[in-house]
Amino acid sequence: MTPAIDDFALFGLERRFALDRTALDQCRRALQAEVHPDRFVAADAAARRAAMQSAVRVNEAYARLKDPLRRAAYLCELAGVRIGAEENTAMPLEFLQRQMAWREALDDAVSADEVQALASDLEAERRLDYERLARSLDEDRDFARAAQEVRALMFVERFAADVDDRRAALEH
Amino acid sequence: MALLQISEPGASPDPHARRHAVGIDLGTTHSLVAAVRSGVAECLPDRDGRLILPSAVRYLPGGKTLVGDEALAGAVTDPKNTVVSVKRLMGRGLDDVAPDARRGYDFVEASPGMVRLRTAAGVKSPVEISAEILATLRQRAEDTFDAELYGAVITVPAYFDDAQRQATKDAAELAGLPLLRLISEPTAAALAYGLDNASEGLYAVYDLGGGTFDISLLRMTRGVFEVVATGGDSALGGDDIDAALADRALARAGVVGDTAGDRRGAALAARATKEALSATSQAEFACSIAGKQVSLVVERTELEAIARPLVDRTIVAVRRVIRDAKVAMAEIDGVVLVGGSTRMPMVRRAVHDLFGRAPLTNLDPDQVVALGAALQADALAGNHGAGDLLLLDVIPLSLGIETMGGLVERVVERNSPIPTSRAQEFTTFQDGQTAMSIHVVQGERDLVADCRSLARFELRGIPPLVAGAARIKVTFTVDADGLLSVAASEETAAVEATVTVKPSYGLSDDEVTRMLGESFGHAEADMAARALREAQVDADRLLAAIAGALAADGELLSSDQRAAIEQAAGELRVARAAADRFAIERSLKALSDATEEFAAERMNRGIKRALAGRRIEDL
Repeated sequence: MTPAIDDFALFGLERRFALDRTALDQCRRALQAEVHPDRFVAADAAARRAAMQSAVRVNEAYARLKDPLRRAAYLCELAGVRIGAEENTAMPLEFLQRQMAWREALDDAVSADEVQALASDLEAERRLDYERLARSLDEDRDFARAAQEVRALMFVERFAADVDDRRAALEH
Repeated sequence: MALLQISEPGASPDPHARRHAVGIDLGTTHSLVAAVRSGVAECLPDRDGRLILPSAVRYLPGGKTLVGDEALAGAVTDPKNTVVSVKRLMGRGLDDVAPDARRGYDFVEASPGMVRLRTAAGVKSPVEISAEILATLRQRAEDTFDAELYGAVITVPAYFDDAQRQATKDAAELAGLPLLRLISEPTAAALAYGLDNASEGLYAVYDLGGGTFDISLLRMTRGVFEVVATGGDSALGGDDIDAALADRALARAGVVGDTAGDRRGAALAARATKEALSATSQAEFACSIAGKQVSLVVERTELEAIARPLVDRTIVAVRRVIRDAKVAMAEIDGVVLVGGSTRMPMVRRAVHDLFGRAPLTNLDPDQVVALGAALQADALAGNHGAGDLLLLDVIPLSLGIETMGGLVERVVERNSPIPTSRAQEFTTFQDGQTAMSIHVVQGERDLVADCRSLARFELRGIPPLVAGAARIKVTFTVDADGLLSVAASEETAAVEATVTVKPSYGLSDDEVTRMLGESFGHAEADMAARALREAQVDADRLLAAIAGALAADGELLSSDQRAAIEQAAGELRVARAAADRFAIERSLKALSDATEEFAAERMNRGIKRALAGRRIEDL
């Protein structure tokens, strides 16, 4: 299978952040219907190997496109801007202060309601962050700025996962 | 040179040969085999008209083996040689086996890896015992069709880990069953249910069997069954309720069941009581302990108090899966119940309360898994027109590797769609290091000690360089059966490092070969005949597959490419006719290699077709 084509081309989608999730899902099903190993159980070994590789490629691309943060990072990399989350750890002061305030709020929260309130605030902020990221990628095409926004959102997502864990722990 | 025979485009190479493919539900308490006949999936009965084969195997002195109801009769009188619920031992070490499941067996102590049992027929692994059950079902199916089987789809709990899946696959091999695919039990149930009711949307499948609990969320869209998330507990089931009820009943009666036979008898009596209590509010518990008759009345409320903690554990697992899938309860269009234990009214109530809707139960919970497996087997064997049924499954548990300090580095996240592949780079720790060991674990916890050890992979042949200079790329691949394989290569010197696998709880290839040998009574002639027969079957399948591929997509080839394939096919036909096993195996490989590029071209064509189809749909 052609390794050179990017994930968007593989799914017949335009290379941009805004994405029609229904189209993505439909296309994944159509692609797997053609290449999934189940279609080649009775086939020769070469065809079975090729099917396996193609199905893996479709699944990988689907996972990358489906997740907004991974999709954004992928667009930056296609534009030649590396995310390099490990090397680029410097964050704006304002962002760090917001992070610290959130962490403290989570540490202080004792009831499910308090955690829920924090989760709602976080969700609202996160939505704004993604709207900004969409503008950077699709309108301004400023991939350096988008990469910085992706790095910041990686922290936000990690924190959101912690909030979610805490909420689940309190529910039981 | 022999010419390839090419059939009409679109037609199967041999239109008269219907491939006999079956679905097998290899369950903890009972097993079934089903097949699609005249377009309808149905369970196949044995000679006496029984559909259900109790998953029990009894080894008699003198080499005779009983399977099913005949074996079950020995569960109380001869517990050491009568193995029930062997599924709970698959891919498990001695430390993993719950005390309840240990009752009565003579385990080989201090043996590493998968448990072994001492029986009248010698030491047996759970894989060999399961193979007896599979072989019995295979025989039943072959008698029904009066033909050899093309292959089987065998179901496993969605939450089975790699060692448990591999053990099931090995059992199929020992039973002489060509395995088409391992599929998850809840997925099989959804398939039977979804095709029967023409359902669309998001469904939850709650599957509480004898020994395992699974919960899966599936999206059904026009024949495509997509697992969104799955979870459960591979050591929680109706057996545990039976054991708890038996303990309670004996305590109330003031008797102590010391012997293995007593405990087995009490557990079987408890199961009967539990089943009766699904229909009535009180039922009798009766068994004989140490020759003394025990009889008492159990209220349904008492059973429910005993079962409550176990049912609660299932509800916690359901909530976790829904959270994993990032869906709201309200988005779920229906709930399907599978497994005999879901007959308990309290289980139905708990599921109803959680989802806020009545669960669907219109298919027999004992049969639905086998029926779904049969539908998938029929589709995989190519008996359907292509394109009407497709399963997209996920890996149930994360895969990771051990890093410094006994921590787990996750390589493949749980609920990733399969097949999948992830590459990870490693480097050496010391100057001149030429080998390294990679410990692969499965589970969701951060410490290696809390996860399941799958295997240790040893890489050899790394070029001796200064510490940290070698770049070893290790690729983890999970296939469509949910089974892991590992490959490694050194990037800087471009050498292929060799990988040897030491499964933690599985059988090595050598052991499987040895067991295969034993099952043929050590007769080397039999082994050789079987190997030749298998090579010939492989040759026939490959020739048919390639004829089919050429008929469908032959125009993708240049005349040179086509000539090369036809040449290799001709050589395979000659080798096959000469009944020379090694020549057949060589020619098989040559023909397979000759079609490599063609296969890749065909995949590309499929992808283009998928994209074109979608554009038409959009219009």
